[in-house]
Amino acid sequence: MTKKQKKMLVRIIIATIMLIGLKLTPESLLSETSWIRFGLYMVAYLVIGFDILKKAVKGIQNGQVFDENFLMAIATVGAIAVALFEKSGDYAEAIAVMLFYQIGELFQSYAVGKSRRNISDLMDIRPDYANIEVDGKLEQVDPDEVEIGSVIVCQPGEKVPIDGIIIEGNSSLNTSALTGESLPREAKCGDEVISGCINMTGVLKIQTTKEFGESTVSKILDMVENASSKKSRSENFISKFAKYYTPAVCISALALAICPPVIRLVMGSSPMWTTWIYRALTFLVISCPCALVISIPLSFFAGIGGASKEGVLVKGSNYLETLSQTKYVVFDKTGTMTQGVFEVAGIHHNEKEDAEILELAAHVESFSSHPISKSLKQAYGKDIDQSRVTEVEEIGGHGITAKVDGISVAVGNAKLMKKLGIDYKDCTHVGTIVHVAINGQYEGHILISDKIKPTAKEAIAALRSAGISHTIMLTGDTKSVAESVAKELGIEQVYSELLPGDKVSKVEELLAHKKEDEKLAFVGDGINDAPVLSRADIGIAMGAMGSDAAIEAADIVLMDDDPLKISKAIKIARKCLRIVYQNIYFAIGVKLICLVLGALGIANMWLAIFADVGVMVLAVLNAIRALFVKNL
Amino acid sequence: MKKSYKIEVDCANCANKMEEAAKNTAGVKDCVVNFMTLKMNVEFEEGQDAKAVMKEVLKNCKKVEDDCEIYI
Repeated sequence: MTKKQKKMLVRIIIATIMLIGLKLTPESLLSETSWIRFGLYMVAYLVIGFDILKKAVKGIQNGQVFDENFLMAIATVGAIAVALFEKSGDYAEAIAVMLFYQIGELFQSYAVGKSRRNISDLMDIRPDYANIEVDGKLEQVDPDEVEIGSVIVCQPGEKVPIDGIIIEGNSSLNTSALTGESLPREAKCGDEVISGCINMTGVLKIQTTKEFGESTVSKILDMVENASSKKSRSENFISKFAKYYTPAVCISALALAICPPVIRLVMGSSPMWTTWIYRALTFLVISCPCALVISIPLSFFAGIGGASKEGVLVKGSNYLETLSQTKYVVFDKTGTMTQGVFEVAGIHHNEKEDAEILELAAHVESFSSHPISKSLKQAYGKDIDQSRVTEVEEIGGHGITAKVDGISVAVGNAKLMKKLGIDYKDCTHVGTIVHVAINGQYEGHILISDKIKPTAKEAIAALRSAGISHTIMLTGDTKSVAESVAKELGIEQVYSELLPGDKVSKVEELLAHKKEDEKLAFVGDGINDAPVLSRADIGIAMGAMGSDAAIEAADIVLMDDDPLKISKAIKIARKCLRIVYQNIYFAIGVKLICLVLGALGIANMWLAIFADVGVMVLAVLNAIRALFVKNL
Repeated sequence: MKKSYKIEVDCANCANKMEEAAKNTAGVKDCVVNFMTLKMNVEFEEGQDAKAVMKEVLKNCKKVEDDCEIYI
């Protein structure tokens, strides 16, 4: 509890004791009409309500008439005036109203503070310092001051402060604050590390590749902290609603206090002024809009916080709203549903040893930086002696010919074989085929394929069971590869052999085709998908670990590459929105009923207090539920 | 130029009011108040002195919500 809250608590306790004491004092000691009674009650009233009165006066001075303070001040002062006028001596009601209002406020500020802390603890990834070795001693410096290319030392238990590459040591890294993934990640010399991970076991020397401000951790923090500044439609609705609601209620209350007595007067019966004024005051207490005004943003805040705990970063509450209405999910293939890492899956139709074919192919491709050549080199696994390779000729779109140890070798696709007039065999498997010919003789082909992510199939099934009606995959890959992946995963529609520009027009086509209230989400790995990510109703980027473009272009970022998180994010969004609507309907509903009851004189001040504070407490408790998303 | 300030305010509605007040202050191009992180992000107009503008912003915010604070 903060100092302010503690002070409030003390005031509440004092006022409660005074109120109970005064209520228990026998009538004979404090007669109903005595001024001492009035004075004592007033002391209790001021103890609990002086700040509200002060704020109400200040509000009027500054032209801010219709706020909650004004409502409470008018209602309670009015109730006291009625009690004085009727000589009933029943001041307790006014004090109780103020007391419960303050209890409600205290509870609300405590709950908000608590969830605020919960979420900031969750995002407690900001590193406070970086260690730099100076003359053999470690020195702690501000991460902001570390220049690119400096070597920083990260001890076990410390956070990696800046993105970089490990140049010494190995360790396991805890990435749970970033990804929600509890399994530690192994890191060795030469690996890239991103800031925000916690170094668990060994001392690491890291050469920084970015400034602190550009590092992953800074970007993420910036994003989360600014998340709720993008307001959703429901939030905008509520602030607009509150703007018109309070004045409308005040005018209705005034009308309730004046019109019926005047009509009665005209009709010749007794006007019953106090009864109607009392009803109008009850009306005012009921009408306080705090339940809505606080619980809606709180729900979104909790939803965003809960999502970030699961490794799903949401850039604004409006995106949570859109995501909850998603019916179309469009995927990119490479890097999203597949790992985007090409691996040699097999060598076929060869008479020579696999290892020999691989060795020759890897050497021929050793000067290329194409992903295919990388996977060949990786599969070969040994060091490549480039001096063995001569007369390298790269034929764009075909492949490479070269001499290895004086033997001429051609490595490339079917086009290359045709061009060289070599008879080749097609592969029955799906993937990229690299044909190899030695001295003009066909020696078989190497099959390279991209691995499907282990959770991809499950992810599509989860989406389907979450009620996503259309799953569509867009890819630049060949038709056969695309269709086999789609079939394996259970994706309904596939569009293959698309250039990045085609993806945008395809998404636009889908956008035009679907209904207005069915939203389309695009899931991509963020690097070449940036235009599509921003064109779709909602862009979800995968594998944000390290990709700046993803963080910039997407509306939602899945911190680990797990496609299962897509359906999780949708479920989180739906839960959050469900809570928001529950609160809107509940709060407005209860208030409307109580307002009617109050106007008819059935509801008294006590029910009014429930309608105000009780509803708010329930709405806030309900809002906090949005934080719990683990088991969705 | 954009700057971020820490603020203190008790209720979400008051935060909205502060945002409105800050937006209407001369020299402020745009302003977003984030109640949940208790931050005020102010975008100033070209060539404005952030400190002087923020003083005005604080004054205007105090008008609409007496119980608020901006840590300039």
